[in-house]
Amino acid sequence: MANPDSAVSRSKLRGKVAIAGAADTAVGVLPGRTPMELCVEAALQAIADAGLKKSDVDGLLTCNSMAQPLMYHAEAMAEYLQIFPRYCLAVGAGGGTTFTAIHHAASAIATGMADIIVVSMADSMRSGLNREQALRAQASTGHPEFEQPYGPTVPAYYALIAQAHMAEFGTTPEQLAGIAVSTRQHAARNPAAQMRDLITVDDVLASRMIADPLHLLDCSLVSDGGSAIVMCSAERAADLPHAPVYIMGAGEGHSHEHISAARSLTTSAAKEAGQRAYAMAGLQASDMDFAQLYDCFTPTVLVELEDLGFCAKGEGGAFVETGALAPDGALPVNTHGGLLSHCHPGNPGSMFALTESVWQLRHAAGERQVPDARHALVHAQGGIMSSHTALVLSREAS
Amino acid sequence: MTVPEIAKILPPDTELSRPFWEGCRQGELRLQHCNNCDRFQFYPRIICSHCDGDSLSWRAVSGRGRIASFTVVRRGISRAYEAPYMVALIDLEEGPRMMSSVVGCEPESVAVGDTVSVQFEDWGENYLMPVFHKRE
Repeated sequence: MANPDSAVSRSKLRGKVAIAGAADTAVGVLPGRTPMELCVEAALQAIADAGLKKSDVDGLLTCNSMAQPLMYHAEAMAEYLQIFPRYCLAVGAGGGTTFTAIHHAASAIATGMADIIVVSMADSMRSGLNREQALRAQASTGHPEFEQPYGPTVPAYYALIAQAHMAEFGTTPEQLAGIAVSTRQHAARNPAAQMRDLITVDDVLASRMIADPLHLLDCSLVSDGGSAIVMCSAERAADLPHAPVYIMGAGEGHSHEHISAARSLTTSAAKEAGQRAYAMAGLQASDMDFAQLYDCFTPTVLVELEDLGFCAKGEGGAFVETGALAPDGALPVNTHGGLLSHCHPGNPGSMFALTESVWQLRHAAGERQVPDARHALVHAQGGIMSSHTALVLSREAS
Repeated sequence: MTVPEIAKILPPDTELSRPFWEGCRQGELRLQHCNNCDRFQFYPRIICSHCDGDSLSWRAVSGRGRIASFTVVRRGISRAYEAPYMVALIDLEEGPRMMSSVVGCEPESVAVGDTVSVQFEDWGENYLMPVFHKRE
């Protein structure tokens, strides 16, 4: 029985909102498809998956596209679809965009701002960027006055985290590589994944050094693709064709924007995000049957495993070595293949971790189904381990 | 045909941090110091990030620090940045942390915790950037 003062009983959100539809477009290299087309395709498929019509949709959340930037992205998409929502917004929180958007959409449904919300995101980072856009994407992060002049690349920022973790806790490049290896094992079971050939720790260590200690295979992919979900109240979802996937907990943590101003290089605000999400759900890390953790680079997963309570601080490397993250491991991580091996079209990246979680919790994930999966922790971060959102998703609303 | 010159990224000019860059031109690393709580901060702000005080002045600091973390960029961000080069986070003796580069040594000889001292490198357009070298 929940303590009456606990976050569980205080929450107006816990179990009130569900995901009723989910769909991905093809991902990988899709020249000739604009991000808007991918976004619309994903939305229409997700609406159909939910057993709804587009005229049922009264809320739309999108994120802007780097390849096809629009001043009014969500409004442009509503116009393209010829829907006329009462809640319509493009969200931008970098890699954290997806789950931040889900957190807000859940609140919007719980407070009556909208009844049926489509969250749809797509980009063409692989095929759609011109040279100027690609350079801007590379230089889009970092303090313009006191970081960017030194020429840090995106991998370099994350390398600073990896190096600090190695120095503080003795984490090894082999342990980081183990994350890329287990993620690829998941992707090998997913026909939709961009990279499916199995790799070894030696393959990762033999791949080109990008920013020490990160090798090419420690870095995520660059992809085209789109993905969408449909959210509504738990009551409404009960009448729709698929078993609802309930949002049981949601939490955010924000500690900095620039890595040089981070409170810590080795402990992130994923810790607060996770604590808040678990507290709302009334569940803990050990209750999770799988986890989808933001994996733009292998060290992010390492730090997130620790900060989200799956192992103690500093023990991420040893935890990876147990094989827990692999298919059939104690905690399968990134069961679709993650940003490292499934696809990474920029800010929409974590949408695919979300749709995968929906299929896993519906017990419809085919060959890669986590047996009897009931609860999942999904997490994403934006900036350089700056801005974190964690969600607890469940098959049951109680 | 004019080939555009590939230049390094320069800091945008702001009135607040002009004393910082002027210090660099004079071979001096300067930080904002809070007259209220007697602590230093970086980057420059209109308030003290420790005590919210708004009485801040610029002081020259030792230019000594330790490497909190570093990486070797193997593929430069543009042709103006010749790889490999180092990007590092430096914990200054006076407290604040700043991003910089470590120069004048083989990347393989660098470790987290190494002590470093500031020097200034021409970045173009009359800007000198503070970078660090290992201290023996």
